[in-house]
Amino acid sequence: MTRVQAIVRHRLFWPVVALVALLVANTIKNPTFVTLRVLDGHLFGAIINLLRQGAPLLLVSLGMTLVIATRGIDLSVGAVVAIAGAVGLASVAGAPDPGSLGAVLTAFVLALAVCVLAGMWNGFLVSVLGIQPIIATLVLMTAGRGIAMLITDGQITTVTSAPYKAIGSGFWLGLPIPVLLAAAVMAAVALLTRRTALGLLVESVGINPEASRIAGVGSRAIVWTVYVVCALFAGLAGLMVSADTMAADANNAGLFIELDAILAVVIGGTSLAGGKFSLSGTLVGVLVITTLTVTVGMMSISPSVTPLFKAVVVIAVCLAQSPAVRERLAARRRRAASTAAAAAEVAA
Amino acid sequence: MHDNEAVVELRGITVEFPGVRALDGVDLTLRRGEVHALMGENGAGKSTLIKALTGVYTPTSGRVVVAGSPVAFTGPADAQASGVSTVYQEVNLAPNLTVAENIMLGNEPRRFGAIDVRAMRRRAAELLARLDVHVDPASSLGAHSLAVQQLVAICRALVVDCKVLVLDEPTSSLDAGEVEKLFTVMRTLRDDGVAILFVSHFLEQIYAISDRMTILRNGRLVGEYRTADLPRRELVHLMIGSSFEDLEKLGDAPRREQAAADGAEPLFQAVALGRKGSIRPFDLDVHAGEVVGLAGLLGSGRTELSRLLTGTDRADAGKVLLDGRPVRLATPRAALRRKIAYSSEDRKAEGLVGDLTVRENIVLALQADRGWLRRLPARTVDEIVDRYIAALDIRPANPAALVRNLSGGNQQKVLLARWLATAPRLLVLDEPTRGIDVGAKAEIQRLVAQLAADGMAVVFVSAELEEVLRLSHRVAVLRDRVKVGELVNSDDVHLGDVVDLIASGEAS
Repeated sequence: MTRVQAIVRHRLFWPVVALVALLVANTIKNPTFVTLRVLDGHLFGAIINLLRQGAPLLLVSLGMTLVIATRGIDLSVGAVVAIAGAVGLASVAGAPDPGSLGAVLTAFVLALAVCVLAGMWNGFLVSVLGIQPIIATLVLMTAGRGIAMLITDGQITTVTSAPYKAIGSGFWLGLPIPVLLAAAVMAAVALLTRRTALGLLVESVGINPEASRIAGVGSRAIVWTVYVVCALFAGLAGLMVSADTMAADANNAGLFIELDAILAVVIGGTSLAGGKFSLSGTLVGVLVITTLTVTVGMMSISPSVTPLFKAVVVIAVCLAQSPAVRERLAARRRRAASTAAAAAEVAA
Repeated sequence: MHDNEAVVELRGITVEFPGVRALDGVDLTLRRGEVHALMGENGAGKSTLIKALTGVYTPTSGRVVVAGSPVAFTGPADAQASGVSTVYQEVNLAPNLTVAENIMLGNEPRRFGAIDVRAMRRRAAELLARLDVHVDPASSLGAHSLAVQQLVAICRALVVDCKVLVLDEPTSSLDAGEVEKLFTVMRTLRDDGVAILFVSHFLEQIYAISDRMTILRNGRLVGEYRTADLPRRELVHLMIGSSFEDLEKLGDAPRREQAAADGAEPLFQAVALGRKGSIRPFDLDVHAGEVVGLAGLLGSGRTELSRLLTGTDRADAGKVLLDGRPVRLATPRAALRRKIAYSSEDRKAEGLVGDLTVRENIVLALQADRGWLRRLPARTVDEIVDRYIAALDIRPANPAALVRNLSGGNQQKVLLARWLATAPRLLVLDEPTRGIDVGAKAEIQRLVAQLAADGMAVVFVSAELEEVLRLSHRVAVLRDRVKVGELVNSDDVHLGDVVDLIASGEAS
């Protein structure tokens, strides 16, 4: 197999092609898309914006990747995003001095602690009670927004707090803090799964649960852990989302983010059937989806057809990745090659 | 009843698959109003014969005659329309439909084009009453026990005028009371003139219910016998077959010395260990350095016993002593902690993790025991993996190869390497040599002998008696999910003794 063939066959080839195509389309439409400016020592530009917008989705998708690798799914991440924002902002709003670093840190810790509880609940339902993940997490998906609503009293809580706002739109070393945070979490997950044995055991449980059980894998603890991790990351994403607007909107914060996250994981080549997972694949998936959203805005496509546009791109990427389609295309190529060879023979 | 007319006659049935002759000129005659047992070990061709009868397979040659006229069914539905119904081992029903819907599925009474629910329930109730099954036809099938579901499956077979009923291992998941219930139904049907073809691995049941039997071996007909005229020992002989005499000669091959000194404390003791519906309570001692073989026919409880020893299934009776102290083996994880490893007979489903590499599969149990936080250092992993690939001659000798791409024998070796890497004190090997080539088989046998010589306790399960007898110091014999005896292996123990024990259940 030549190097070119190897690259084309790589499972991330088509998602990357889609990503590049979207970026090129944007640049053609608007040549300033790729330019970066430095303003007040901060990096600005459409690309930076794109990364900043993608940060919460990346966080949620990383957790989702681990959950899906164990044959599970977590539908509650959107609700957890809303809960984290509600708890965080409500806590800051209740503090004597909302602008102090201490109040903000307390709020963050409190919000993340609540999310860990949410993850433990999901993990308990799935790993101990053996409820199907899609149903188990549906519980919190529905109830979670109600909980967030209770915390915010049904209002859209707004607060002014500079340190809190920083997690959503601040800069550090010239880069947006959400991007740095998401990158740091991604590096941490990569280390956690590939430097410890977590990755191996997660994949083993996802591929063959019964064989893993007989080999002594503590699958209950593993599965439980990934749901907690997933909710924790969703919580962090929720803090970012709420800091972006400084408003806790129990109804709309993180709405449908679970679907985007599942899509990102699948585009990244992790099978919904569990098993082998790819964090870099998930990153590419997140970038594709975020770029798509940005593109829709850029191209001034009417918001009413946005979902359709998104669907077309997603279908194209999924088809390009589907083994059945690949098999068919390969067969057609082989036929074409053999007829060409036969023709050449006749001609000779 | 031997005068009764033949309902089904199979003559000279041969079924060939590419490269394999699954059946070779087999005859079978089913008479009106008899229960006819179809006997044979694994791979003898029982299922193939049933499928040839019901039209799932088309025989390469031979005739199928039903009620006097030659037929060629296109499939089970076609066969059922002509009065030949089959009930399979796994109940092929829809648990979320009602009992009545399941019985009448495909034969629903209709009125003005719509299903007449009331007529359907009434008809189902009649059929249930005929079999003396008291369940509400409107209740959901999944709410009933397996036995009731099995009986519902039989009702379903009776919807059309049923002349021949094929029961393929209907009793394998039923307990004694449920089996008795099924037998009552079978006798009722037989007295109504239905011909029943019955497949079961339980000898007791065969003798309790069947009038006549046809024995197959390696795709050939051994013969047809009246059950009352055939002693059990003879039956086991006929099933195990011609190789039996050859094997008996092999019995004189050099035997291993009895390793355990008398009076030494066993490493592992199972005391009245049992599990309802799986295996009756049994005692078993295993000493360090000893190979204990488990012998018995298919379905005799070999695997069930192995799983209880290793915490793979949880026992609901009895206890386990390790070094004389009681231990609780609730999960395989707990057993592995105590250095007890179980190698499943089902390599694919319960052994290997197919999409992982050879390296990952070998270290999986070791790593699982350490927990995910304490990852094995890469150097240790390479050392272990290289050692076992070399020691067991795993091919290809590539630790990064996906294990599902290896041949059966090499997969088995990878699985063995996984358990050996945990340095077990007791290793339970369930059919480690099944489905692998002769060379790999001999290597694994040698390895087992070597491991025991080095002090490991081994429980060795195999369907091949010769293999069990060659490797074991002691042989525990199982029949119908009961441990019926134990033999200390020595030069004057022969295959015949084991066969006697399997057949009669009395220790010699």
